[in-house]
This record gives sequence, C-alpha cells and structure tokens, in this order.
Amino acid sequence: MRGIVHTLALILAGQLAQAVEIEDRAEFGDPEAGRVLSVLSTTDAVVFSPLVEAFLAGRPDLRVTYTVASSQDVYDAVLSREGGFDLVISSAMDLQMKLANDGFASAHVSPATQALPQWARWRDHLFAIAQEPVVVIVSTRGLAGLPEPHTRSDLVNLLRDNPERFSGKVGTYDPAVSGSGYLFATQDARQSDSYWRLAEVMGTLSPRLYGTSGAMISDIQTGRLILAYNVLGSYAQALLEPGGDGRVIELEDFTHVLLRTALIDRDGDEPELAGEFLDYLLSDEGQTLIETRAGLPRINEQALRAGPHLRPIRLDPGLLVYVDPLKRQRFLNEWAAAVTRR
Amino acid sequence: MRFLLIEDNADLARSVQTRLSLDGHGVDWAASLSQAEDHLATAGYDLILLDIMLPDGDGRDFLSAHRRARRDTPVIVMTARSAVTDRVALLDTGADDYVTKPFDFSELEARVRAVLRRRAGSAQTLQSFADLTFDPLGAKISVGSQSRELRSRELRLLEVLLSAPERIFSKGQLCDRLFSATEAVTDNAIEVYVGRLRRKLEGSRARIETVRGVGYRLTQT
Amino acid sequence: MSHGAQIGGSIRRRLVLQLLVVAAILSGLLYFTVRSVADQAVEATQDSILGSAAIAIAEELRGGDEALVIDIPYAAFSMLGAVGEDRVFYRILADDRTETGYADLPLPQRPLSGLSAIYYSASYDDADLRLAAVERSVLVAGANVRVVVVVGQTRTAKQAIVGRMANRAAALGLGFFAIAAALAVLTARSVLAPLANLAEAVGRRGPQDLRPVTRPVPLELVPFVAALNGFIGRLGVALSRTETFIAEAAHHIRTPLATVRAQAEIALRQAGDDRIRATLRSVIRAVDDSARSAGQLLDHATVVYRSDQRADEDIDLGALVEAVLRSFAPTAELKDIALTADRPEQPVKVWGDRLLIESALRNLVDNAIKYSPPDTEVTVELREAKLRAILRVLDRGRGLAGMDASGLTGRFKRGANVEDVIGSGLGLTIVREVARAQRGTFKISQRKGGGTCAELSIPLR
Repeated sequence: MRGIVHTLALILAGQLAQAVEIEDRAEFGDPEAGRVLSVLSTTDAVVFSPLVEAFLAGRPDLRVTYTVASSQDVYDAVLSREGGFDLVISSAMDLQMKLANDGFASAHVSPATQALPQWARWRDHLFAIAQEPVVVIVSTRGLAGLPEPHTRSDLVNLLRDNPERFSGKVGTYDPAVSGSGYLFATQDARQSDSYWRLAEVMGTLSPRLYGTSGAMISDIQTGRLILAYNVLGSYAQALLEPGGDGRVIELEDFTHVLLRTALIDRDGDEPELAGEFLDYLLSDEGQTLIETRAGLPRINEQALRAGPHLRPIRLDPGLLVYVDPLKRQRFLNEWAAAVTRR
Repeated sequence: MRFLLIEDNADLARSVQTRLSLDGHGVDWAASLSQAEDHLATAGYDLILLDIMLPDGDGRDFLSAHRRARRDTPVIVMTARSAVTDRVALLDTGADDYVTKPFDFSELEARVRAVLRRRAGSAQTLQSFADLTFDPLGAKISVGSQSRELRSRELRLLEVLLSAPERIFSKGQLCDRLFSATEAVTDNAIEVYVGRLRRKLEGSRARIETVRGVGYRLTQT
Repeated sequence: MSHGAQIGGSIRRRLVLQLLVVAAILSGLLYFTVRSVADQAVEATQDSILGSAAIAIAEELRGGDEALVIDIPYAAFSMLGAVGEDRVFYRILADDRTETGYADLPLPQRPLSGLSAIYYSASYDDADLRLAAVERSVLVAGANVRVVVVVGQTRTAKQAIVGRMANRAAALGLGFFAIAAALAVLTARSVLAPLANLAEAVGRRGPQDLRPVTRPVPLELVPFVAALNGFIGRLGVALSRTETFIAEAAHHIRTPLATVRAQAEIALRQAGDDRIRATLRSVIRAVDDSARSAGQLLDHATVVYRSDQRADEDIDLGALVEAVLRSFAPTAELKDIALTADRPEQPVKVWGDRLLIESALRNLVDNAIKYSPPDTEVTVELREAKLRAILRVLDRGRGLAGMDASGLTGRFKRGANVEDVIGSGLGLTIVREVARAQRGTFKISQRKGGGTCAELSIPLR
C-alpha cells in the first residue's frame, strides 16, 4: 500500500492544539488528496489499517488520518470541542455513552445502522462495530495440577485455597488508570456481589495492576503471571502463541461482552465522510475484515445466542452512573480498599 | 194537458204559462216548493216542470222526495246548468228528462210528448174528429179498422188543426208550431206537410181545406 | 317524476350534510381527546419513571460525620433506558450548590416539599426535557443539609409513542366518520320515509278525493298535515263555492234568457208583420247562440280539466250510445230526422272517462242533427276493429264543403257553409281534446253520397 506513514513517537499536544496525549498517528492514502477523514481511536493503527486501506481503495481523492489515544484522552478530546476529528472509536462504552448522551455526537441514519441489532446501538448516535468478550487468561504451566476455574466462585476458591501459588502472580486492570479496566470492574460490581469477594481475595495476593490487556498477556507468556482477570479476549486470541502456555477462559456464571463503539463527532469537519466510513465498518465487507484482519469479533447476535453466559454490556443510560465523578471516586476508593489495601 | 210549473222567477213563469196556454195547455204556477206541495195536494197533473234553484230548497231534493213518495207524475227539469256532469246527475236523481234554459218550446213539447209516450197507459188521451180517431202519444190515426202512423211534423200539424176545427190557421201560425223559432223556413214550407197529412187522411171524412190567400182549416165532409 | 313544484334545496341533502358536519366535529373531538389522553398517559408514564429514578437516587443519599455521600444506583439511570433511547441528565445539589451532574440543568420553578417528586418541563441543550425533582434533608456533621435531586430526560420516545397514538386516533376518527357518514345517509332516508309515504298517499288520490289526510304521521309532520288538511278543506270549500257560483251565475243569466226567449216566442206567435217576425226570430237566435256558446265553453273547460284529472272506469260504449241517442231523440224528431244506432249486440268495453266520451259523442250527434235537413237519417255506428272501438256519426247534412278536417277541429273554427246554424265552433275542439285524452284519434270526412262522417276511435279495454 502506498503512502502509509507510521508516526511512532509521542507527539505532544502542540501539534493538534489540544491537550490530548497521542499514542500513535498513522496516515493512509495519497498525502495530496483533497479530503481528509480524521479518525480518533483507542484501537491500535495496526489493527485498523486493513480496514482503512480497504475503505480508501477506489477513493483517490481521500486520505485518512488515524490517531490513537487512550479512552480517557479520546473522551477528553471530544469533550474539548476543539474539533479535528470526524469519527471517534473507543472501547470505553461508558465514556462514549456519555458523549452521545451529552450531545457530542451527530445522528447518523443509514441502512447499515438500521440493520444493527437494538442492543448494538443507542439512538442514531452510538454504534457498536465489534463485540469482544472479557475473559480470564491462565498459564497452564503455572496452574499445573490445579483445576481450571469456570465461574467466579471457582476462581475465588482457587485463589483463596492456593495463596502461596498465586501471590504476586495475579494480574488485572488498574481501573484508576484504564478506562476499559474501570468499565469492566464497575460492570462486574454491578452484576454480581461475588466480584467484591474476588477483589478482596485478589487483594490478599498482592495483585499486579496493568493499563492494557497486551501487557497482561505478555506477562502470562513470560510466566510473570499465572492468571489475568478481565482481559479483552480478542487481544488474547491474537497475541497468544498457538500451542503456547496461555489459555483463555470465558467464565460461565457470566462473561461480559464489550462493544467497541463509534460515534460521529458533532464538531468534526467531514461528518458525511465519517458516516461513509462508519457504514463501511458496519457493512458485511467491513465486518468480515474486522473479524479476519483486525481480529475483533464482528457484531453477531447468533454468537450471543449460542453462548448464554455472554452478556453484552448494555448501551443504556445506566452507563452514565459510573461516569459521575463522585460515583467514580467512591468506586475507586472502595476498589482500592479491597484490592490494594491502601 | 195540465202542467205544474215550479219556478221562482215570476217573469219566466208567466212567459212559460202564457206560451203553453197558447198551445191549449193548462198551467198552474208554484213559486216555491211549499206552494208546489199545496198544488199537488189539491190537483192532479199530467206533468211537472221543475226548476232546480228555488227559494225554499233545491229542486233535486224535491225530485228525490217525489220519487220516494212513489208519485208517478212525470217530471221534466228546467236546468240552468248545462255541464255534462249535471245532466247525468239529474237523470240519476229521477228526472224523466230535462231541458236547458233557455229552451225551445217546440223541443219542450217534443220532450213532454216523449216522456208521456214512455209512460203510456197512465194518460191515454184519444181525440176524435168525424170518423177519425187520433192518438197523439202513439202518433197514430185510425179510420175504422185502418190505422196510419204519423211523422212528427204531420202529427203536430194535425194537433194544431184539431185544437180548433173549422178555424182557419194562417201559414205563419202553422209554421210557428211546426218549426223551431230558429229554423229558417219560408211560410211555403208548410205546404209540404199539409200535402203529406192530406194523403194520410185519405179515406176519412176529415180533410184539410185550403182557404186561398188565408190559410188552412180542418173540416169534415 | 313530473311535478309542478320548484326545487329549493333538499331536506335529505341538508340533513345528511348537517349529520356529516356533526360527525366531523365528533370525529375531530375524538381525535383530539384520544391524542390528549394518550399524551397525558405517556407523560404520566415518563413522569413516574423519572420520579422513581430521582427517588432511587435520593434514597441512597447518606449523611455522616464528614461529608454527604452520593451513591447513584445503577438502576436509577438504567430504568430510564427502559422506555426508549432518550438522553438522560441529572443534577444533585446540596444547599443550592451543585455536587454533581449537569450544573446548568434547569431547576423547578415551584418550591419542593415532601417526599414526592414534582415534575416540570424545560429546555436544555437544544432539547425539550421532562424533569423530576425531589428534595431530601440529610444530616451531615450535625447540620441539616438540604439535597435536591433532579433527573431529566428528553422526550423522543414519548413523542414517538404519542405520534403512534395520534395515528391510531386519526384512524379511529376517520373510521368513526366513515361509519357516521353511512349512518347519516341511512338516517336521512328513514327519517324522510314518512314524508315520502305521505306524499305517495296524497299523490295516489283520485281527482275528486278531497278528504282530509287521516293516516298516522310522526309528531313532526303533524303541523304539515294539519296545514295540508286545512288547505284541502279550504280548497274543497272554494271548489264547492266556485261550483255554486257557476251554478248561480248560470241560473241568473240563463233564467232571464229563458224569459226573453219565451216572450219572444209568444210575440212571434202573435205577430203578423213579417219584419217583426224576422226580428223576433233573430232575437231568439241570439239568445240560443249565447246560451249554446256558454254551454260549450263550460263543457270545453270540463273536458280540459278532466283530461288532466281523469276518473277512468270500464265503459260499455253500446249502452252509452243508446243513452245519448235516447236523450237526443226528441230533438231529432222535431226535424223528422231518424236517429238510429248501428252497433254489435255484445258490449264494447273501453277504459276511459265516461263523461269525456259522452261529451264527445253528444257534440257529434248534436252537430249531425243541427246540420241535417229534415226527413234525413243520422246514424251512430259502433264497431270493434284491431283493438280499437270506432264510433262513427254519419249524417246526410251539407258536409264539409271542401274544408280541411283538421282546420275544423281548431278552437272556434267553423265551416264556411254554416252561417245559418247556431254554433260556437267549440264542438269539434271538445271532441278532439277527448280523443287525445283517451289516446284515441278523431277524424272527420266527407261522406259518400253526401253528408259527413265523424269518426272517433278509442283503444279497447
């Protein structure tokens, strides 16, 4: 593909005149092209590049700027209303929901959006482009001799009964740092009381806290961790070596399904282009590419029916509750009290 | 013949009375229905001439009462109404016939004769002169066993002559009796009927004699 | 339908129109009522959910020694997503200071009190909101803190539901209107049925039927029928008065005429002078002339009237001919005219107005006698031929003298050869009118061997 330029390095805010910390930035298409679609995303550029390239095929007048940032930075960038981005893709459903609810998204109605299941969109503003189970990863080697847990109760018992084995070898997201981690923790807490028992048991084992799924997966592979809780399954499938040590477990009491969502920034310059790209992502071709090339499971109601333990996190105003700063603070305090014993 | 004339108009009544008496009839006049009842109670009549509109009632009511009382004196109604509807109604009420005012006396006479002829038997009035017997209702004369029919004008001519035998009637007088006042005829027209009647009288002793320059008279040989 | 009435609108149309207007108004009312009830019901539903959400938040407020604890339950907002995908806003204030939520969310205008929520509408961030607010007092560090919880939601879902309800209401209204319209037409027909029946009953009446209408009618028609009966009564009185008047007039004119004629005849009998006799004759002719004209005018009027209002019945023409000839016999006899009938033995039946046909026949016979010389024959011939009855009056009079038959039957037309005979010229007109009224024909022609043949033909029964 011509004209793919990776701008690695951390580019500080000055360039885009916004206080957003940019992790990565990729340019697709002819640099001379007249129209620019600017995408702001929490998903790595590598993951998305096949989709962007496929979208650009046959559109010589168009180029795409793909900016990667953390979910909180993505949220803040939209909230600043300084513009510059047209399509905003994030795995932080609660923040995306907050943006849509508070009127930062433009409505978009097309056959592609209408075809989405009800649970995969909110109004005509927020659309799910992929569904990702939130899983447990264990190291088979590290677990040697112990049964694989299938429910949270199993997990609590396993950890409680083998403190010497798991001490310092359990990892999970730090919700104070990771938007996704916060979302998973709050949804767990909301869903089941057993989460707090689990948190307390983990708290006794000096857990390692992470900012990304990738870090947890690589620590499983290196043997630094035996068990990682709340890892994005798609990353695990992509990163774990086939026949390797790591095993992915979908807990059977319930396994949350994260919806990676997209919205069109109301303050963007190219809302139509954003809509076109969104429609492409939702199209059969786009969805197939998402699944095969990006490694993210496509929106698939059939798969949800086949797995009764799978529970997509609902796109509803309930998500707003944990975005509330007071609520967030209370939750983080409570979580810290349980897990980090501070 | 004797008539009862029931008519409230005095002028007309007097005229009719006079006119009929000229022909030798007797006429009693009643100006109202009550007077008529008085007359009928005291005398017999050959015929009643009845007006419809009378001061003390309707002639038609009198007529139906007359018929209900089974009095068989024939009635001829003198009506001022000429509409077809009225004519039918009158005959239904029991009138023998009617004349419409103003009426021709010859016609009245003809109708009287027709009515009386229909009721023959109630008033058989035969007249005779010389060897001649005259039946005015049957319109016949007979001499001995031989009888002859008379036509209307022959009969009326004979009637006039018989009313005053030996008296000379002028042609004009005879014309007045034979023809309607409105018929345009010359006096000489009478000669035809005199000739016809003479032939019917042949074989009888009665004969019609011409009085030259004056008229005719009935005489016997 | 032929009628002499002028049409000034239609009661049925007016009735239908008014009923339709009423139906339209009712349909409109139905529509707006259902809409507003739906609107209120949906709003009440939304209010109760908003109120529940606000109360759920308020229930979780905690006091304590240090600070106010605000712990929004997940369900509080989640339930707001139950009805539809509406945007959610909230604001929590402690002693009028915004603790969390949307700091510029509008507050209720009314003072808050008690435990129940109050509801209000406001505009926020370009959207119409419905909001619920509750107030709670919380003890924080020994002090009473007044906390207000406001939860708001956009009204998209509500409007969608109300829109659907409005469509249903519109369909209901239209359906109601359609049914009402059909009923209106039926109602108008059934309401007007007694009127139609009455009209038919009155229309079926014969020309002489002037009895009052006695059939039962609906209350509303009573004034009409009363008026109609009054009119019929007056008409009856007027008619009999007119008849009486004509009779009186005829009497008062004809009686003096009769007197004049009688006295003229008397004078004629007594007069010797030819000139005086001629004068008297012309007086008598004049009297006869005017009396006859008056009679024929009356007959003509009667014929014309009866042609429109016929009282048809079965008539035996044979018997009719006999009756007419009998009444003319004396008149014919005066002129030694033989008046004879030539008719079949069996009855000849026609369907018609007896008086009309008799008038025609009388006029024909009267004419024949009048125009015939003495000692001739007048024959009335009655025949049946090809579904028609044919009446011929044959005389040996002076004939038509070349006049056109159709010309002779015109009103007041007289032959060129009749100055010496009394007549008004209306006789044949009467006959022609009768022929037309009886769907028959009339023709008059020169008779072979001299005289006239007048032929009236009428369809057989």
